[in-house]
Amino acid sequence: MTEIERQQYDVVVIGAGGAGLRAAIEARLQGKKVAIISKSLFGKAHTVMAEGGAAAAMGNVNSNDNWMVHFRDTMRGGKFLNNWRMAELHAKEAPDRVWELEAWGALFDRTKDGKISQRNFGGHEYPRLAHVGDRTGLELIRTTQQKIVALQQEDHRDHGDYEARIKVWAETTVTRLLKNGEQICGAFAYVRETGKFVVFEAPAVILATGGIGKTFKVTSNSWEYTGDGHALAMLAGGTLLNMEFVQFHPTGMVWPPSVKGLLVTESVRGDRGVLKNSDGKRFMFDYIPDVFKDKYATTEEEGDRWYDDPDHNLRPPELLPRDEVARAINSEVKAGRGTPHGGVYLTVVDRMPGGAAEIVKRLPSMHHQFKELADVDITKEPMEVGPTCHYVMGGVEVDADTAAAIVPGLFAVGECSGGMHGSNRLGGNSLTDLLVFGRRAGLGACEYIESLGADLPSVPDAEVEAAAAEALAPLEREGGENPYTVHHELQQMMNDLVGIIRKEEELALALEALEKLRERVSNVSVAPVAASGGRGYHPGWHLALDLRNMLLVSECIARAALERQESRGGHTRDDYPAMSAEWRKVNLICRLSGDGGVSLKHQPMEPMRADLIELFENDELKKYLTADELPEETK
Amino acid sequence: MTYKAKFKVWRGDEGQGELTDYTVEVNEGEVVLDILHRLQATQTPDLALRWNCKAGKCGSCSAEINGMPRLMCMTRMSTFTEDETITVTPVRTFPVIRDLVTDVSWNYQKAREVPAFDGGDVKPGEFRMMQQDVERSQEFRKCIECFLCNNVCHVVRDHEENKEAFAGPRFLMRVAELEMHPADVLDRREIAQDEFGLGMCNITKCCTEVCPEHIKITDNALIPMKERVAGKKYDPIVWLGSKLGIVKKGENTPTA
Repeated sequence: MTEIERQQYDVVVIGAGGAGLRAAIEARLQGKKVAIISKSLFGKAHTVMAEGGAAAAMGNVNSNDNWMVHFRDTMRGGKFLNNWRMAELHAKEAPDRVWELEAWGALFDRTKDGKISQRNFGGHEYPRLAHVGDRTGLELIRTTQQKIVALQQEDHRDHGDYEARIKVWAETTVTRLLKNGEQICGAFAYVRETGKFVVFEAPAVILATGGIGKTFKVTSNSWEYTGDGHALAMLAGGTLLNMEFVQFHPTGMVWPPSVKGLLVTESVRGDRGVLKNSDGKRFMFDYIPDVFKDKYATTEEEGDRWYDDPDHNLRPPELLPRDEVARAINSEVKAGRGTPHGGVYLTVVDRMPGGAAEIVKRLPSMHHQFKELADVDITKEPMEVGPTCHYVMGGVEVDADTAAAIVPGLFAVGECSGGMHGSNRLGGNSLTDLLVFGRRAGLGACEYIESLGADLPSVPDAEVEAAAAEALAPLEREGGENPYTVHHELQQMMNDLVGIIRKEEELALALEALEKLRERVSNVSVAPVAASGGRGYHPGWHLALDLRNMLLVSECIARAALERQESRGGHTRDDYPAMSAEWRKVNLICRLSGDGGVSLKHQPMEPMRADLIELFENDELKKYLTADELPEETK
Repeated sequence: MTYKAKFKVWRGDEGQGELTDYTVEVNEGEVVLDILHRLQATQTPDLALRWNCKAGKCGSCSAEINGMPRLMCMTRMSTFTEDETITVTPVRTFPVIRDLVTDVSWNYQKAREVPAFDGGDVKPGEFRMMQQDVERSQEFRKCIECFLCNNVCHVVRDHEENKEAFAGPRFLMRVAELEMHPADVLDRREIAQDEFGLGMCNITKCCTEVCPEHIKITDNALIPMKERVAGKKYDPIVWLGSKLGIVKKGENTPTA
């Protein structure tokens, strides 16, 4: 059998984005020995792509803001399908998590009185997003990265070893979680540089692997987003929640083709940017849905006044939640009012009081990105934008307070967990989600370990042997298919059949196609490279292993999308265009079936706690809830 | 718009390798990274390269393109003529792992030696800083850690022996960032000079020239840092004041 290294930790965190790093920091602060396993180099995770900001009701810009307003906005944005306990914890704890970053050295943009500045964003009633220009995610990742370095420096001082209690395993990929009976006992991984296998023996594993965007062709996501945590959880007996909800961000670049899907931050719209069709019309005024009718401006004049006087005007409909804007753009393009490259126009030209200089100051990354990649100067010309696969609301089913999955010892946090954002995530809620639940997952894992006492699960040999055999299979197989070809076909199929607008026939076709792809995935093969026993830094091999995860996740999305016969948030059914109060009560749960496919069941949503329900006006509740669910006096 | 481009790509491992010729399709609007991905997908599935975001935000895909240190994702093919041969080699200052992937661990070691931010006794939520004061360090925090500045810097580029005593522009800039951070209470001027080799920088500005984030590393971080060090070490009035006991010497922060 091939040589396998063994490593012992208390907590293994898989993923080194904001969620993983915050979880690792917490576990280490609680005195545990922690490994952070990262598919990329330290500090490169997808969190760097977050642009707009971190939503937290600090009330620095508008003192009317508080956790209850934030909670309401989050539930509305998610169309009341959110795990309300998560939304509550998130709204309450987000300010502390942002302030904590500042104490670790983060430098947010400031208000005039020296506090953290907050900006407007889609779906948020008040200016709420702490930000650093349009590179807030980079600030978050760098700050947590540097906090980890600070902890390593403490350990170096106390133990003479930077890695005594927290080690980052960069460019290392987990292919299987290991179990002893029902319990998690570790993880099986390979190191990218050498291809060598490592068994991490640990009683608690925290999944923080991010999203699934690489299953779609047009996406704002990086290569790492292959649904690893989702799939690892399922393969270990965990469950996935509401996987049909995939957020298509309304504004991705549409040209040039090589950057199609690349994100154009929502801050552009928060900072006075407007959407126009090829007739030059601000079309969003035609797309305000009934549930939001009394919350958005109906004329351009009022919308424009709102930026300077938000207390006396309604906000412009460009700032509707993302699902609404994405569908509107899709409709405009389909109706023949799109741009030459199949998008719509997004423009800030002549929209800012400070002119071109203010545009460059407020949107430096966007200015840079369009200039360098598309030869477009956004201070002089409009951008062309269209929807792009951006975020998955569905994810591992977890306990709100501890981030524990149903498998003992397994935790999940951030994008790979489900529930917090319901059917649609508000921009800005992701970065604080990572911090709030990252900390909670770290605490949850530590409490779980304490509860085990001395009774720690060992790693059975059979588990390790099976994981090694699975990882080696694409290299040992001969004459199989090229993994890149299979991946391209999967992405194209998902884009065509399970994309932003869905219908029954197409979803059924998708499931048939996935059945065939499953056979092809199990038959891909790659030739060994010359270095490190054939496995050193071998991108083809890595893709072959990632395909299993992407396929599983795709099947969950397609199956749940076929099942849910309504349109809500990030799930739009052409054949069931209305939102249904009956379906709101249903969570769709995916798990692995006996044949290696996906089985699905309905699980009733837990009714919202009375004191939280009271935060809403009854007229609003009627738009979402069934008559039975409404508070007594309303019925 | 589509044409076939000629590429020379360095292939090999641990220093043993050679430039290999490829002819590969190029479409409108593509960047060098797209072309290497096409090579992976169609001709050589084992071509090793690093990349993540493909948007110039993560700093993973550093390489030398026709000898110039650049991000592959931000180098548009339209900047070359159709008959030009494009040579892609790994960054030169760090050891090759395989093909275009190098061992950048030296950078992470240096990062660990710079004493972390210390906000003193201020409680979370109570920091008050003015925009104009945070902007200086914010510029340096735009850094995406592509390490192209450390790669191009002549102090270490062909001088392995200097790597011990020199932290490179990236981490000298990190020291400057913390020194200019309005809320940080430590004093890293002494170690900037003595441990991180600020004096070895002779401000040729190569780092600034290759920075994909257009950070003015030399003008805004390194030169002001040199001035701060000189002010502390050699200012005659400070010297006299401390001799007479009028100027109290602050505590020097040691390396971490």
